[in-house]
Amino acid sequence: MKFSYYPGCSLHATAVEYGSSVQAVFKTLDVELVEIPDWNCCGASSAHNLNYMLSLCLPARNIAIAQGQGQALVVPCVGCLSRLKIADGVLRDDPARRQAVENIVGFSYSGDLRILPPLAIIGDDVGLEQVRERVRKPLEGLVVACYYGCLLVRPPEIAQFDDPEHPQSMDQLMEALGAKTVEWSWSTECCGAALSLTRRDIVEHLVTRLVDTARQAGAQMMVTACPLCQVNLEMRQKAEGERFPVLYFTELMGLAFGLEETERWLGQHLVSPLPLLQSLSLA
Amino acid sequence: MVNEPSLKVVPEQINLSFVEQVNLASGQVIQRCYHCFKCTAGCPITPFMDYGPDRVLRMVQLGLKDRLMTSSTIWLCAACEACAIRCPNDIDIARVMDVLRHMALEEGYPIGEKTISNFHRLYLALIQRFGRMHEATLMGIHKLRSGDLFSDLGAGMRLFFMGKLPLLPHRIKGIKEIGAIFEQTMKGATR
Repeated sequence: MKFSYYPGCSLHATAVEYGSSVQAVFKTLDVELVEIPDWNCCGASSAHNLNYMLSLCLPARNIAIAQGQGQALVVPCVGCLSRLKIADGVLRDDPARRQAVENIVGFSYSGDLRILPPLAIIGDDVGLEQVRERVRKPLEGLVVACYYGCLLVRPPEIAQFDDPEHPQSMDQLMEALGAKTVEWSWSTECCGAALSLTRRDIVEHLVTRLVDTARQAGAQMMVTACPLCQVNLEMRQKAEGERFPVLYFTELMGLAFGLEETERWLGQHLVSPLPLLQSLSLA
Repeated sequence: MVNEPSLKVVPEQINLSFVEQVNLASGQVIQRCYHCFKCTAGCPITPFMDYGPDRVLRMVQLGLKDRLMTSSTIWLCAACEACAIRCPNDIDIARVMDVLRHMALEEGYPIGEKTISNFHRLYLALIQRFGRMHEATLMGIHKLRSGDLFSDLGAGMRLFFMGKLPLLPHRIKGIKEIGAIFEQTMKGATR
């Protein structure tokens, strides 16, 4: 299986362990990822906050590059995924804006590019059966709260993935790895990452509530699929007690698959997951 | 309710064309809102807003343009879309918030949350320059400009030593194409 790959800016910096773990885990599952050439930033929160056309044209240039490659595009960063899918939806459904965007970016929209999160590929194209077969070290004793955040599943007509209020794809994956997951009411509540550098007071309130409720539900750590959530949840928690680890789902896949690089990823966290994992004899 | 000030309406403040202006720009029909408060109840940022999402729609309906344009609410919305998926009248409130921000900028209103709008401008300036985001530059300049130099210094240093904040930005080859996109979209065609 082969897919095009759009890492986005975070996966080359603050989320470098997400980028490497996505690549390593997909390789283990016999999925080839080919980074699209000379991609640009999707514009993130800032483009749509200030200028709508810009927020369509920046992702559209990446769509223009990827649609010529002939296979679906995998986007691990949920922020990028959402901006690319929103632009794709407008290009598909709004002929006047499509014309304008095509003129500005200088391409012709083909409409045949599928844009997907890694979780969709693992669940649908690879299948959890394949995942179970690769597990060498089941994550026994580990209890996680799967945190989906906002944009992986919302709005449903754009995201077209899982249930917008009660998603389960990451929970099923974690269970396939041998971990236990908790039911909690906050798995799609926003962590406020877009305001992390500008209104720290608000974001500390949101993140602390998420960490507290995950802990109360019985989880030992949070698992996420978004680099903006991940760094925000680590940096802005003010919870009582021990600092709460937050890992990418791909890091736990690497751990369960027994991949050597996992040790390096686990060492790249502001809140170290090692004491917890060592107490469970998992690291 | 906390943070839901009564909307005392003074006839001189009413802008009758406001609701049409917002409908047209957002593709939504704001008159459909019957104020069930689901958006405000589910919005994680409501406690910090000067007007909750439902009050925002009410202010659009009433034509209270000047007060809404200068509010902090429109800048605090994190665009998480919780309101939009729960609205029984299918109003994409997050999209309305985008449109209100654009309007406030274009029409030169005093900005309710200047630090936030400046942060977004800086972010875009860096994309225009490199084609990609460079987080170390973004954090550095933002911290210098906002005068809040030390609050995240420890975390920043740790990220750097873990190899998660590369010092040198990468400029993409197609930077001229990015320049052209900025030039054409910044001409005022924000709709």
